[in-house]
Amino acid sequence: MAISVDSPEVSRDLCQKAGYTFTFLSDPKAETIRRYDLVHAGQGINGGDIARPAEFLLDSTGTVRWVNLTENYWIRARPEQILEASKALQ
Amino acid sequence: MANSVTRLCGSLWLDNRMNIRKSNWPIWAGFLLSVIALVSYPFVFVNWPATRDFPWANLLLGGIAVLLLLWGLKRAFSPDRRRLSKIVAALVATLSVLVIGLFLFSFFVAARWLPASRGAPQVGQKAPDFTLADTNNKQVSLSNLLSEPISGKAPRGVLMIFYRGYW
Repeated sequence: MAISVDSPEVSRDLCQKAGYTFTFLSDPKAETIRRYDLVHAGQGINGGDIARPAEFLLDSTGTVRWVNLTENYWIRARPEQILEASKALQ
Repeated sequence: MANSVTRLCGSLWLDNRMNIRKSNWPIWAGFLLSVIALVSYPFVFVNWPATRDFPWANLLLGGIAVLLLLWGLKRAFSPDRRRLSKIVAALVATLSVLVIGLFLFSFFVAARWLPASRGAPQVGQKAPDFTLADTNNKQVSLSNLLSEPISGKAPRGVLMIFYRGYW
């Protein structure tokens, strides 16, 4: 599941172009992003807040089992890393 | 008489040919390559993790650009070149170095300007629940995603990807 400040329309466009089928959620006021302490202030196109990149793998109880808080926004977790981490989930 | 005229024409023609051949293409090639080194990262090399996570392809392009620039500067500053071509070469080389510097700065410095996010949920902590609109403007909660069956089976978990947006 992906979250950003993008509106549902922008996300829908992205999903259609890229062929993504998983859930995309919109957090335009960055409220959930703030709750998760992931706000990157003022980086949005109109000077608004956006999320800094982060990935969390949760188990079925909603407990965090794996986190990736990248130090460089170009560098993201690779699918192999996530698949490896998800093996621990029963 | 005709012989010496022919020889004069011949040597003038040779002179011209040599000057044309001596156009300083390395300096321009170096500049072009430095621009490619910068621009190709976000548009080309970012698409494969191998060239995205460490921009070795762009560093290689930048390195070749620098070699071309050094060659071009050497050519420009040889004694038989005009003063104007020396100035132009120096300016183009400086601009190219700035372009390469911009790439290095963007990737190795500016992209690391990220907040510490010390308050983000850590391993072992519960991820706070929330409800947001999906792409069909339907309200979806994290608790929904954790419990709604996929292909008749309970989900093993959820992968949450927070991203910058504006793609």
